[in-house]
Amino acid sequence: MNRKKIYPTWFAAGALLLYSVLFVLPGVIGIGYSFTDWSSYSDQLKFVGLENFKTVFSADGNYLKIMKNTLVFTLGTTVIKNILGLALAVLLTKSIRFLNFHRGVMFMPSVLSTLILGMIFTSILNPSTGLLNTFFKGIGLGGFAKPWLTSPAYAFKSVMAVDIWRGTGYIMTILIAGILSISSDYYEACSIDGASGWQKFRFITMPLLLPTLATTTVLNVIYGLKVFDMIYALTNGGPGKATTEVLYTAVFKKFGTGQYAIGTALSSVMFLFMVFIGFFMIRMMTKDEVQE
Amino acid sequence: MKAKKKAAAAAVNAAAWIITAICLVPMLLILLNSFKDSLGASEMNLKFPALPLQWNNFLVVIEKGKLLTSFMNSCIYSVVSVFLCTVLASMASYVFSRNRSKLNRFLYLYMVLGITMPVNYVALTKVMMFLTLNNTRLGIVLLYTAMQLPFSVFLIHGFVAKLPAELDEAAVIDGCSPVRLFVSVILPLLKPAIATVIVLTFLNTWNEFVSPLYFLSSSSKWPMTLSVYNFFGMYFKDWNLVCADIFLTSLPVILVYLLGQKYIVSGMTAGAVKG
Repeated sequence: MNRKKIYPTWFAAGALLLYSVLFVLPGVIGIGYSFTDWSSYSDQLKFVGLENFKTVFSADGNYLKIMKNTLVFTLGTTVIKNILGLALAVLLTKSIRFLNFHRGVMFMPSVLSTLILGMIFTSILNPSTGLLNTFFKGIGLGGFAKPWLTSPAYAFKSVMAVDIWRGTGYIMTILIAGILSISSDYYEACSIDGASGWQKFRFITMPLLLPTLATTTVLNVIYGLKVFDMIYALTNGGPGKATTEVLYTAVFKKFGTGQYAIGTALSSVMFLFMVFIGFFMIRMMTKDEVQE
Repeated sequence: MKAKKKAAAAAVNAAAWIITAICLVPMLLILLNSFKDSLGASEMNLKFPALPLQWNNFLVVIEKGKLLTSFMNSCIYSVVSVFLCTVLASMASYVFSRNRSKLNRFLYLYMVLGITMPVNYVALTKVMMFLTLNNTRLGIVLLYTAMQLPFSVFLIHGFVAKLPAELDEAAVIDGCSPVRLFVSVILPLLKPAIATVIVLTFLNTWNEFVSPLYFLSSSSKWPMTLSVYNFFGMYFKDWNLVCADIFLTSLPVILVYLLGQKYIVSGMTAGAVKG
């Protein structure tokens, strides 16, 4: 049978068109615009060569710090979410009462709007009236009450902590599915050989869960590099000079002040970096299908 | 030995409850404080609201926060882009999966790459202005659709591969046209995958905040996320009202989550777990 006739390629045209014009095209022309002096003040575009990239990668501006923040945020939250998510997944695959209720509640923060969660946590982390500090003072640990979001010493860690609170349930859910897909035969054989609980985890669960952990890592990295809503609502890059500024909040600020060229140069750095990561991710996700 | 096991089980249960409580507290905080008066909510604690409950908060928020308009906007944006995304993604992934020519395989990878790619919003303004889509409802709908397409194509593609190709052959021999084959034979079989795409796309578009922030300047077109944030900026001293607004904005998401939990989990874990 003629595959081209039964499965006409025009079926894909709509999706390809929308995706190409509104998603890929801006990324590509964005690279072009980052070689110009595009801003809200000038009517005519002038070619400036690598000027914008020099600014972005120079030590004077905050840009290097912003990139470092983005990477630290991404790495930190990814590692901690994976560890906590794994612990929770192991916990919630044991025989516990109301198992589905626990799983459902822990996953819930992942479906709520990150913006709204950010807003809620500005209240919880408020230094004087916030729930967290009131709780610490209430149990006699007033020393732990800190200006979480308003002091440069704690702001970055607080933002990361809120994101870990938000995202761990998602990782946990994926890892639970991974653990449940491991055949119980392995565990039985192990029990017969007299293995302890830790040994079962170390020599069966962990190795068989590695591919799933790789995926959760990639998903987290993608999310972390693109993070915007949460930080925008929590600190909007402050306090002080770019304490919690990340790439997307910086781009939005440049957009607001009309420095489009710098904004698009920052976006392009991220674009190239993530397309690179994307190749690895897609190879991993489509591995099974290719083998079929 | 038995006592030790019992203690371990109790400890495990207790740990689960503590973590569940940590996850629930912020939600509970919003719920309780949305029924308080302004003074009671100023401390934002977990005390039970004083009677009578301030149901009035919700009415005030709906009126002052123009929630009806933004609710309608959010509904339009979500429903239309869910529809567009489902139709376009299932058509595309069906062809990509069934006819694995070199070109189609490349096009599939090209689309799926969008799962990781960041949007260059600054350059996107140029494209939107050129297409005169800036500050229009149509523009936002098309943008949402474009952003949700890559993952939807990925999800449905994996599902189509599991449907036997003999079905198509039988239908073609019976004289089915390609369109008829897709609509009457394939689409009904794709229901589980499509349900997942619908639920996930709905949640993502309902929660989407960045695109309207860049591309919708007139407040009459704002979705709920943008209007709740704006309301938060204006009434940050009246946490009871902010909480009521947050509660109403999150309600559809929570309802969809409770009803479609199965589909959300299967969609979010798709591709992550093998075997």
